[in-house]
Amino acid sequence: MLTRIVRTKAEKGHHVRNQTVKAAVLVAGALLLAACGTNKTESGSGGGNNNQSCDQSKGTLVIGVIAPQSGGLSALGLGIKNSASLAADQANEKCVVPGYKLQVQTEDDQATAQVGAQAATRLSSNANVVGVVGTLNSSVAQSVQPILKGKNIVQVSPANTNPSLTRGAEYGTAPKRQFETYFRVCATDDLQGPFAAKYLVGKAGKKSIAIITDGKTYGEGLAAEFKKQAEKDGAKIVATAKVGEKDTDFSGVIGTISGSKPDAVYYGGEYPQAGPLSKQLKDAGLDIPVMGGDGIYDGKYIELGGKEGDLATSVGAPTDTLETAKAFVSAYKAKAYKDDFSAYGAFSYDATNAIIGALAKTLSGGDWSDAKRADLIKNVQSYSAEGATGEVKFDEYGDSTNKLLTVYKVSGGKWVADETGTFGG
Amino acid sequence: MATLLQQLINGLVLGGLIALIALGYTMVYGIIQLINFAHGEVFMVGGFASLATYRYFLPPSWRSDWWLALPLMAIGGAVVAVVLAVVMERFAYRPLRNAPRLAPLITALGVSVILKEVVRLGYPGATAPVPFPRAFVDQQYRFEFFDGTVSIGSTAILMIVVSIIGAIVLQTYISRSRMGRAMRATAQDPDTARLMGVNPNRTIVLTFTIGGALAGLAGVLYGIHITNVDTEVGFLYGIFAFTAAVLGGVGSIKGAVIGGFAIGLIKTLSGQYFPGGTQYDLVWIFVLLIVVLVFRPQGLFGEPERVRA
Repeated sequence: MLTRIVRTKAEKGHHVRNQTVKAAVLVAGALLLAACGTNKTESGSGGGNNNQSCDQSKGTLVIGVIAPQSGGLSALGLGIKNSASLAADQANEKCVVPGYKLQVQTEDDQATAQVGAQAATRLSSNANVVGVVGTLNSSVAQSVQPILKGKNIVQVSPANTNPSLTRGAEYGTAPKRQFETYFRVCATDDLQGPFAAKYLVGKAGKKSIAIITDGKTYGEGLAAEFKKQAEKDGAKIVATAKVGEKDTDFSGVIGTISGSKPDAVYYGGEYPQAGPLSKQLKDAGLDIPVMGGDGIYDGKYIELGGKEGDLATSVGAPTDTLETAKAFVSAYKAKAYKDDFSAYGAFSYDATNAIIGALAKTLSGGDWSDAKRADLIKNVQSYSAEGATGEVKFDEYGDSTNKLLTVYKVSGGKWVADETGTFGG
Repeated sequence: MATLLQQLINGLVLGGLIALIALGYTMVYGIIQLINFAHGEVFMVGGFASLATYRYFLPPSWRSDWWLALPLMAIGGAVVAVVLAVVMERFAYRPLRNAPRLAPLITALGVSVILKEVVRLGYPGATAPVPFPRAFVDQQYRFEFFDGTVSIGSTAILMIVVSIIGAIVLQTYISRSRMGRAMRATAQDPDTARLMGVNPNRTIVLTFTIGGALAGLAGVLYGIHITNVDTEVGFLYGIFAFTAAVLGGVGSIKGAVIGGFAIGLIKTLSGQYFPGGTQYDLVWIFVLLIVVLVFRPQGLFGEPERVRA
């Protein structure tokens, strides 16, 4: 069509028109080439570059990842991203979802609720996003949950430990499911805090404990649960203090607690503050162990000043004790990612696999559409498999049924598993 | 009593750091009436540059001797900070010197964002806090004081000493030397100063150089004291330093130093003794700022703004 018009115009023989025509031809040609180009790449991906036998003709489905990729907590966030990619790659190789290629799209939430909300909005505007793995921070989850719920997109968090995310503010007395789209694969702070208290008061014999928190949803919730159990077990909370989320100089805070002569510090927060805090405590003459939750269980904690004898609880069993975990670790190493899988890598891998597994069941050879989202949520709810962190299964609130927790201790410059168990009240 | 002394020391250390950065704010404002919001980032870049000096330029055998490594790191940090400050002046602020005041202010904010992102993406591992070498100047001195033990690190002593010496040297330079007189003259009335043979460009570049060097030095001291450096600290301490400069009176050297120490002390002492504890320490800093500005809008040592012809 275009070429015919071009020819008639050229036949008129005007010099100026000739120029325009030439330009038009060029543009038309370029458009044609571009069209060919896209066709080619599409057929290319349809053939499957990893495995010839997999049919990926129906296009690409996206699993979103929302986690910090920059800033202080990026070590954890990068591990989450890489592990999710690993799960998607393996599924592509094994043709788990016939007809589709799975792709991970990562959005950086910078560990802040507001950026997380933007990331969730961006992902939810894409009709090909089947589910979201994330977030790392409970505070970010609070802003992401309603946005994904609005589009009926299933979300599986590898790392949110605040109990109210699934069971509401009255989680202890009157639990109520908050979002039927939201699931998590890790144990919550109302188990983790008391588990830590049992260890620190019971096994380590610390009786005068100072509590320091960073004022965020995660840290406050964890420390409150720790405090309840520690007091029940006969320890005295001799001081409480708060640090700013971006603070780097903790001398003031340390001054306020040192008068009460604590024999241990429980820190509710994350490693960018906890590491330097541990060092500054020692410098100030308080050479006492710092204990924290999964938020400080990362190699960076030690690099930033965490000292020998410091303790952390983390969710799940240590990755080197389970057969399924070993397979994950060796597959992760084989991919040669730049970053370590970190505290949540195995959880992220399991979370991604839960979405993929449920997706395969939902589609069972059919086509993806928005109408399938409700089925996908149901299938995640009933999902059950042996994952890298143990059994992956969800209860009626969307919480993991796997309640294993582990105490780790800094020893010889690394985190070493000390005790694994569940909190039995 | 021991707690009080400990918190006083903590406050002085924090105050010294803030004062070193605040000097750059106040000098630049005094001479071209620009609040250089990118100055906090110069401090942050200084910290990263000194770390890079240690990692990539110092031969490993020199690293263990702090008396050798530390001055070289300080030079590395300060040189990069100075170059950065001068380049910033030349390309971001000089073209806007006669523009409405709001234009360079917005530019400064833009430069601040650019610098933070460039370091975050460009420096290896800077997307998270980067640990500083801890091998040297890591001693702690402890002594008994009435009812308890007070501890002070060698890096803390260094911070206080360097900031006070820096301020005294700077004050003497500005009030005694020829270039100092030129700076004061330009600050008072740039046009008349030019008619008297003062080169305003040279004077302004010198101001940025001194401010940059002090910020770079602060970056090194911060790094060895806190033992890590993060791209966020430029903004955080930049705001503290800006507040210190305003509290002391923008344009006044003495004001910036006293403002810096005042903020450091209020932060630690209010966290210890005031209701609400450390959670509310920033509140008291800004309460003081408001009280001072209500009764002395020019700040503690500032001169009332003159109306220029």
